[in-house]
Amino acid sequence: MMNDQSIEAHTLSVLVENAAGVLARVIGLFSGRGYNIESLTVAEVDGEAHMSRITIVTSGSPMVIEQIKAQLSRIVPVSRVTDLTVEAEAIEREMALVKVAGIGEKRVEALRVSESFRARVVDTTHESFVFELTGAKSKIDAFVHLMRPLGLKEVSRTGIAAIARGPEAM
Amino acid sequence: MSDQKTDQMTGAEIVIKALKDQCVEHIFGYPGGAVLPIYDEIFKQDWLHHILVRHEQGAAHAAEGYARSTGKCGVLLVTSGPGATNAVTGLTDALMDSIPLVCITGQVPTHLIGSDAFQECDTVGITRPCTKHNYLVKSVDELAEIMHEAFYIATSGRPGPVVIDIPKDIQFAPGAYMSPEKVSKVSYQPPKKGDLNGIREAAELIASAKKPVFYTGGGVINAGPVASKLLREFVGLTGYPITSTLMGLGAFPASDDQWLGMLGMHGTYEANMAMHDCDVMINIGARFDDRITGRLDAFSPNSKKIHVDIDPSSINKTVHVDVPIVGDVAHVLEDMIRIWKETACSPDKKAIADWWQEIDGWRKVNSLGFEKSDTIIKPQYAVQRLYELSKDKDVYISTEVGQHQMWAAQHFHFEEPNHWMTSGGLGTMGYGLPAAIGTQIAHSEALVIDIAGEASVLMNMQEMSTAVQYNLPVKIFILNNEYMGMVRQWQELLHGGRYSHSYSEALPDFVKLAEAYGATGIRATNPGELDEAITQMINTPGPVIFDCVVSKDENCFPMIPSGKAHNEMILAGEPVDVEVSEEGKALV
Repeated sequence: MMNDQSIEAHTLSVLVENAAGVLARVIGLFSGRGYNIESLTVAEVDGEAHMSRITIVTSGSPMVIEQIKAQLSRIVPVSRVTDLTVEAEAIEREMALVKVAGIGEKRVEALRVSESFRARVVDTTHESFVFELTGAKSKIDAFVHLMRPLGLKEVSRTGIAAIARGPEAM
Repeated sequence: MSDQKTDQMTGAEIVIKALKDQCVEHIFGYPGGAVLPIYDEIFKQDWLHHILVRHEQGAAHAAEGYARSTGKCGVLLVTSGPGATNAVTGLTDALMDSIPLVCITGQVPTHLIGSDAFQECDTVGITRPCTKHNYLVKSVDELAEIMHEAFYIATSGRPGPVVIDIPKDIQFAPGAYMSPEKVSKVSYQPPKKGDLNGIREAAELIASAKKPVFYTGGGVINAGPVASKLLREFVGLTGYPITSTLMGLGAFPASDDQWLGMLGMHGTYEANMAMHDCDVMINIGARFDDRITGRLDAFSPNSKKIHVDIDPSSINKTVHVDVPIVGDVAHVLEDMIRIWKETACSPDKKAIADWWQEIDGWRKVNSLGFEKSDTIIKPQYAVQRLYELSKDKDVYISTEVGQHQMWAAQHFHFEEPNHWMTSGGLGTMGYGLPAAIGTQIAHSEALVIDIAGEASVLMNMQEMSTAVQYNLPVKIFILNNEYMGMVRQWQELLHGGRYSHSYSEALPDFVKLAEAYGATGIRATNPGELDEAITQMINTPGPVIFDCVVSKDENCFPMIPSGKAHNEMILAGEPVDVEVSEEGKALV
């Protein structure tokens, strides 16, 4: 396994103390050691315990992924690192806000496509929509792709949040 | 109101109280605007000895030398802005070599942070990648807890430097003190004991080996003198050969028959050949550094590897290992010895005897040999004489970085841990003099020698003032070849002898320089006068700069050229015809 050079994406959940500089340490680790960040989300998940959860999608060979996990675990305010790609069956979701502007046929088509994706319209003017869409990364990619010829103006994505299936917590 | 005040202290008082409760006796530092309240508290007491350095980098290296030679945490105190940035090299050095340091930095007052105030810098931002952990104290109420936590983090697990950045208003602000035992919230709990199944597996593998070698490192030193004791016991039980990294010298006595000498880029032939040809490698507290492995894909190709390390991120980082054991070296060795004895492990005597015979063949190569001279002092000879003339004393050696450092590692022999202070990972020129000062502060009666190069030592030469001020009898033994010797050697071997800017066309007269500082200067220029001059140096009660004028173009051998494997060493006296690949040249 160690000589396996195939690059694969992993979703890591990192439970950290919600203190100043912790996120900078995590990000600094990735830039300082030359690892990739494909997606990163962070928010406090337990206000009483001051714990935040960082979800990182990264990619590398199996040896690099192991090294990333070990390096993350070494950061003093990091309390737990879980590789959701190998340690659990996980649900991954991302939310996007997508602005599409247009009139006539294109506007109707955009609305029709949004319905089939179960996107919600959260803002409307006579010549634009803002859609809210939640799903796997691939679903959002597909939606954005379809909106491009229909007047896509801008996209805001949250990055991936993930959690393991079943009753256990990380 | 007065009742309330009794248990209130200022932030500066809290800092000093916390240092007392952490049993700190010495602090290296340099005052400035943002730490004046703390300096005021230092002024008011008499138990904490402050050593005034001449540059904050010197404070950091002195604290490292102090830590390395005692096993305790080194402490330094510097001001904001340039005080903090000057300490960065020392902090990085400590991070690379796993030295426990607590560095207190002053910061501009809280309300000025972010305003580009005078002597402001983003200390926590700048030091984040070069510390194990760091803090910006935002409220005086968290100060005591942070102080204690910092000492705990610096000294536990894999040790390292911790920075506490304290804004000046917090140093003045009243707050409550908390004693160390009340600090509860430390979530950082590094492992101590190794996994017993792993240790059992390792013991079996070790017992079954036919060509084993112990490869030990700085982790043994960091695990305390007990780890060195256990290492000696275990290596003795097995009868196997042992080598060590630069950082691990002294953990196993150099006078022992099982000792192969240091390994790596400038290690002995026998150590590197044993590493290359072994069938079981027992890595204890070393990290497969690139100075050790040489070309990775040709590193010890036929061995099963056991790796004991307290830091899980060291395992499988560059070299795949078969039996990883995460734990403190002393604890793991204790369990290992117990299991070894319980299961009556016994090595294959015949195979081990054959292995030793093979090793003896490599030893005969005498890879540390060099051409002697009657007219000019060879640097290796100078280190040999220094060793012979000082070995009966309680001697501690620090070094700068370069050829002299490697010659010191090769020709000065260490019997005990914590007696060798050198910058391994970062390779910091200018480390040795301040490190010697820190060592001498901790061991006032000992003979502390900085084996130096003339280029390196100039990088922190100002610390001679510190040595003189505190009457620290450190001996600066300069192997003076007027070149940045290691740079010159690489230029000779890899860059066609184009000595681009590696010759110092102007150097101070080191004897006069010593005298200018109020110290003693001694010079030796020929082998005949060397012994007497060294003896004079040793017998001088105060600090000495010894200008040992050595041959200018000596190369440090043996050497594994970059990009080459252990069995492709260049030996002294061999025609040097290094064919280094372009990839090899790109390595450092």
